[in-house]
Amino acid sequence: MIISVASGKGGTGKTTVAVNLALSIPNVQLLDCDVEEPNAHIFIKPSIKNRMPVFILVPEVDKTRCNFCGKCKEVCAYNAIAVLKKDVLVFKELCHGCGACAYLCPEGAIKEVNKEIGFVEIGEKDNLQFAHGKLKIGEAMSPPLIKAVKQYMNPTRTVIVDIPPGTSCPVIEAIKRSDYCVLVTEPTPFGLYDLILAIEVIRKLKIPFGVVINRADLGNRKTEDYCHKENIPILMKIPFKKEIAKAYSRGEIIIETLPEYKKSFQQLFSKIGT
Amino acid sequence: MKICVTSQGDNLDSQVDPRFGRCQYFIIVDTDTLEFEAIQNPNIDAMGGAGIQSGQLIAGKQVKAVLTGNVGPNAFQTLQAGGVEVIVGVSGSVKEIVEKYKKGELKPTDNPSVGRKFGMGQK
Ligand code: SF4
Ligand code: SF4
Repeated sequence: MIISVASGKGGTGKTTVAVNLALSIPNVQLLDCDVEEPNAHIFIKPSIKNRMPVFILVPEVDKTRCNFCGKCKEVCAYNAIAVLKKDVLVFKELCHGCGACAYLCPEGAIKEVNKEIGFVEIGEKDNLQFAHGKLKIGEAMSPPLIKAVKQYMNPTRTVIVDIPPGTSCPVIEAIKRSDYCVLVTEPTPFGLYDLILAIEVIRKLKIPFGVVINRADLGNRKTEDYCHKENIPILMKIPFKKEIAKAYSRGEIIIETLPEYKKSFQQLFSKIGT
Repeated sequence: MKICVTSQGDNLDSQVDPRFGRCQYFIIVDTDTLEFEAIQNPNIDAMGGAGIQSGQLIAGKQVKAVLTGNVGPNAFQTLQAGGVEVIVGVSGSVKEIVEKYKKGELKPTDNPSVGRKFGMGQK
């Protein structure tokens, strides 16, 4: 079973939920697909066994063969190529590596070369299997890297996927093919707004989902009311506790600092299963 | 000689638009006759690469220089490759800018004036 842990915006406690859930149930693999800012490893502290660079193919133009016809720039949906009177420029940081330009160049002037966009690391902590990806600084193409992390998915285990925040392409890539999605939110007006956006996306992907309300006692009741009205299960409510905030800031895990929470996360898991 | 001024409106009395890639209009002016062409910028809402697209558009107009508020690195590179001089930091009406340029008061820059994505999210 593949369980995604997502949130409409950053800072809601998504990673906290993913990590504590992963450590509360048996036979788990945790995949951190939040490749722009992976931080599950800070809490898990896995021993890393392997590190693999990830590449995409980007065009390189042989200017001696190019006749500056402009076909490559017309076909590029991402404005990653500029054709001037006597020059062709490739903006590698905008290129999605789709290969269209090389395919369509009438002069065969475009060769595709590898560009490293980041790496995947795999490791383990006790019985927990772990993998994450890290995008290079300044690199914007996270979907290919997310795909690379997911290639290490172990289907014999319960897989928990930490999804990047937001509702854009990387989120879709990371969430795809999940059996269930846990949406983490805060009971504030902004939190609810972002939650509703995230729910729209999950509904389109036809993935069953439920909501975890973090810092549940700090906001208002609107989030709960919304979930009831929409018939969305509230899987868990995590209160705001100084101990939890402190543990988090020290890179510690809730269920280790406050062991009574282990049961709550197990209940969360059993609600997903049924 | 033709130059291009980024503009908030479609005539010579309009104010300069401080963004290059996502400006409202490009005004292509003949500095001798003050004849001009106003091009509505098709790249305002481009997801990314607005500066590159605008750079190619302007380079294709055979202008000697672009006068604007700010230019990001990608647009700058594109304009340079197209042989267009880049003059940044200008403000006022298009007409005033053209006059200043003719008097030789404005000098091209060798560097982009802002980081990437500068013009994003401004309307
Ligand atoms: S399509 Fe090929 S020949 Fe045409 S401008 Fe691009 S690289 Fe040059
Ligand atoms: S590979 Fe695709 S995205 Fe990259 S420059 Fe070519 S057409 Fe554009």
